This record gives sequence, C-alpha cells and structure tokens, in this order.
Amino acid sequence: MIEVKNLVKKYGSHLAIDHLNFKIEKGKIYGFLGPNGAGKSTTMNIMTGYLGATEGEVLINGHDILKEPEEAKKHIGYLPELPPLYTEMTVQEYLDFTAELKGISRDKRESSVEEVLKLAKLMDVRGRLIRNLSKGYRQRVGLAQAVLGFPDIIILDEPTVGLDPKQIIEIRELIRKLAKDHTVILSSHILAEVREVCDYIMIISKGRLVASDTPDNLEHLMDDSETVEILAKTEPSRLREILSSVNEISGIKTEKRADGTTYAALEVKEHKDIREKVFFAFAGANCPLLMLNTNRASLEEIFLELTQGETGSKLLSAEREEDETDAGDL
Amino acid sequence: MLAIYKRELRSYFQSMIGCVFIAFLVAFAGIYFMAYNLNAGYPYFSYTLSGVLIVFLVGIPLITMKSFSEERKNKTDQLLLTAPVSLRKVVMGKYLAMVSVLAVPNLIFCLFPLIIKMQGTAYLKVDYISIAVFFLLGCVYIAIGMFLSSLTESQIIAFITTFGVLLVLYLWDGILSFLPSSAISGVVGIIILLTIVAVYVQQMTGNWFISGGIELIGIAACVVTYIVKSSLFENILTKFLGNLALANVFTDITSNSIVDVSGLILYLSVIVVFIFLTVQAIQKRRWS
Repeated sequence: MIEVKNLVKKYGSHLAIDHLNFKIEKGKIYGFLGPNGAGKSTTMNIMTGYLGATEGEVLINGHDILKEPEEAKKHIGYLPELPPLYTEMTVQEYLDFTAELKGISRDKRESSVEEVLKLAKLMDVRGRLIRNLSKGYRQRVGLAQAVLGFPDIIILDEPTVGLDPKQIIEIRELIRKLAKDHTVILSSHILAEVREVCDYIMIISKGRLVASDTPDNLEHLMDDSETVEILAKTEPSRLREILSSVNEISGIKTEKRADGTTYAALEVKEHKDIREKVFFAFAGANCPLLMLNTNRASLEEIFLELTQGETGSKLLSAEREEDETDAGDL
Repeated sequence: MLAIYKRELRSYFQSMIGCVFIAFLVAFAGIYFMAYNLNAGYPYFSYTLSGVLIVFLVGIPLITMKSFSEERKNKTDQLLLTAPVSLRKVVMGKYLAMVSVLAVPNLIFCLFPLIIKMQGTAYLKVDYISIAVFFLLGCVYIAIGMFLSSLTESQIIAFITTFGVLLVLYLWDGILSFLPSSAISGVVGIIILLTIVAVYVQQMTGNWFISGGIELIGIAACVVTYIVKSSLFENILTKFLGNLALANVFTDITSNSIVDVSGLILYLSVIVVFIFLTVQAIQKRRWS
C-alpha cells in the first residue's frame, strides 16, 4: 500500500525527519503518535505530495509520489491539520468543487457528494457558507472532503482537534466505519485516542520512528521493567535484609519516609509473581507491610520513555542505564 | 483544471473583487470616453484606451494579489497540491480565470466604437485591434502579478509589489533615458544583468555548477565580443532594456496606428515566462 523508504526532510539545518522507514498495509487503522514537533505533520505532508522530501522516497500503491504524482495522489484522501476550506463557498459548493478536482466522473459526482454529506452528518448545513460554520462542522467538512470518492488511503492529521467529546466519539465511529474497506492513517498527540481507534501505533520522536507495533504488543514491550512497590514500617537497611531471602529480586530502590516507614520499588527477574514471597518474608520477620502493589508499565509510560529520552532511543539502552543505577544502590 | 477555473471565476464575483475591478475599469473608460470622444469629438476610441492604461496599474494588482497568497495563507493550497492535478494545470486554471475577469470590461469596451460610429465616422479596425492588444497587455500584467503573488503570503505585499513593478514598466521609457550609452558601460550593464540571472538560477536550483557556469561563460563571451567588436555594445542597454517598456507596443497602435507583430510575440513570451516562473516558485517552496 504505502512504503516509506529512508525519508529525510531538512528545514535549513533543522532535521525534521530523520531516516524514516515504514510500510503500511491494507485495511488497518494506523496511528502516528508523537509529541508536538515530532514530525508527524511533515511526514504526512510528504506522503501526500504537498512537500518534497530531502532524501528518500514514498511509494503509494507502487507509484512514487514525486515521479508519478497524479497517479499516486488518486489513491489518497487527505485532511491536513487545518482543514483547507474556501470559506466563501457553501458546503455543497465546496464538496462539488473537490469532487471535480479529484476527477470523479460527472455522473458519479452527485451521488458521491451526497454519500459523504450523509456520512459526515452534514445534511443540515449543506446550504450554509463555510465561513459561518463552527469549528466542529468545519472539521467535518474537511473530513468529508478527504473521504470523497473513497480513495484507498485516507490520511487524517489530528482529526479530532477542537471537537467536543460527543463529536470526537462520532468521528471515531466514522473512522472505524471507514476502516472496513480503506486504510486509515491518523496522527495525534493524544494517546488515549490513538489507543482507542488504531490497530497499529507508530511512535515518532524527533523525526525518527522509535517504536511501531499493536497497542497490546507495545505494552508488553516494557514487561521486563515490571516492578513491585512496597511500603513497610522499618528502616531501609532492615528492609533489604528481609528481602535478601527472595531470590527473584534483581534490584531494590529504597526511599526513607519521614514517618519511619520505607518505600521500596523491587525489580523482578523474568516476570515472576513475587508478592506472596515478599509477604511471607515480612511476616516471618515480624515487620508490618503497609502496601504491596505490582506496577506494570502503561502505554503512557512507554510513550514518555520513548519520546523523552535524550536521543529518543531504544528501550534496550534505557534499561541498561537502570541496571547500572540499581547496582549502585545494592 | 476546469474545476479550479470555475471555482476561481465564481469566487471573483462572489467576493466583490471581480465586480469592483470591472466597475473601476469601465467607469474610468467612461470618463475618458466622455471627455475625449463625446465632448472633444475625437473619433478614435483607441486614444481613450491609452488613457485608461494607467487604471491598469491599480486594477490588475487588485485581481492578481489574492491568486496564490491567499491560498497559502489559508492553507487551501494543501488541497490543490494534494489533489490529482498537476501544478501546471492549477496555475493555468487560476490564470485563465483572471484573464476571463479581464475579458469582461474589454467586451464592454467593444461597444464604445459603435457609439462613435452612430455619431459619425469611426475607425473600427484600429479601435478593435487596440482593444485586443489592450486585453493582451492586461494578460501580460496579470502573469506578472500572479508570479509576485506566488512569492508571498500577504495580499498587501503582493498588491504593492505588483503595483510597483507595473509602475516602473509604465515609466520605463523615462527611466531608460538615464542609462549611459557608451560601449564599456554596456558591457558592465550586461554583466550585471547576467549576474542577476545567475543568482536567480542559483537560488532556484542550489547548483553552483550551473549558475557559476552561466556567469563565467557569459562574462567570457561579453569580454571577447567587446575586444573583437566594441561597437556592438553601444546603446545596447537602451536597446535591450527598451523591450521592457511593454506598453510601447500598445501605444504604437493607439498613437501611430502601427501594429508591431514582434511586440505581440514579446507579449506572448512574457506571459509564458511568468507562468513558468510561477510554477517554479511554487515547486521551489515545496522543497525548501
């Protein structure tokens, strides 16, 4: 469907996209996730042929977007960050214009405009000037424009920005409906949204793809760093002594609290459940355990971990750093 | 292309600009017509048109200013550039829409010679040819204005620069008389022009080899020609740059009834060049 090879985009000396590679397959919903300025919009603008790439190529159904732009663009519907609307036109006029622009044949034009009007729930406002529409409706007009003619690939840049919660839910439903027979790519900096709709997440940070997988797999990615948090009424040194009998613990970080208790985060080897052992260890030592809690890395943490590291670099190196600090603690 | 053409044309008449432009041009033509033809009884409408020429300086920037700068500001260019339409067709669609707006007052002008005819002798052939050339000159100005509009995001800047360029072209004959005529100044002038072209090529392509090549070969050619036959460079600046006084072709018709065919070819080539430059300017922005 779409193949992005070694894409580089420079704005002057600023590297907006840094050797991006990925493939997009048919019939799924893909989510581009990344903090502001990560290069999501730039990537989308290059994929749709609005911008040229400094290096690399984008193939849409086998057509290079730069060498055969007209052929490639036929397969794409694009909703940019700011919907490209001519505000002096009515909704109907605007959609008729875009239908003609996209080369939809004369006899099908009317029916396809009618169809997207229904799909985006714009029937009530079709005769109104776009200038007088609210942000939410404008977004929907932009979406209707992108979907018009039902191209194979629909690319949406932050489709739910500025919408109220009800509209967000409606648009999500619309996207799911579209995904039945189209490939949808959407970008967002809101994690919950991407997780909610997408089959596949690509996390972009500083112009690089730092992770790409299904939401579930991404969560498992950090399983290794599962921790158990405890709070015990004792000194840190005594706590370490008690826990020395539990072999599965690979690292302990302790923190002394003012009320005479100690908080500790325990690193566990190979995802074993050590809660029982910890409990009995403390019971045996007659030391009160006030809290016992497993802490699994959430998608949020993975996102932060991936996007905030100095190099935005791989999980592996991040883990190694942690190991080193633990060794110091022990 | 047809979709863009139709949308543009409709937008000119929905947003008043087209109507204001037409009303403006026709009103001034009417005033001149009344003064020259009706009151003074001069039978040539072409003479009236040469007076209206100055109204172009304000009128043309009015319709060209928004052509690309507004699209860029509202980000609607994203729609056009991601649609399965080539950039050349986008530019042509817009250009033809502006030309169509310009055609409306020119069609109205076609009535004026008939009014003169009703009152007595009229020189229809000269009048209609001058209206046609007047229209063609307008097309040249539109191409220049469109190019300048594609360079900026602000309609105001597009308007002012287009007005400035058209005004300089209008006053070109007067400016030209200040240019030196000796052979050595001719060589220097040509080299300066060549450098401007080379800098532009460098800006557009970013290729030092091509721009440097143009500059070096050009300078070498100038110097060699100067050494071999220096008389060639006498008055060359006035001759060469004199072609830029575009309106002269038109005023030749109105004042002397001479139709200069090479001038018409010059008009057409300027139109083609500026449409090409507009396409290049937009392309260039996608890559920077």
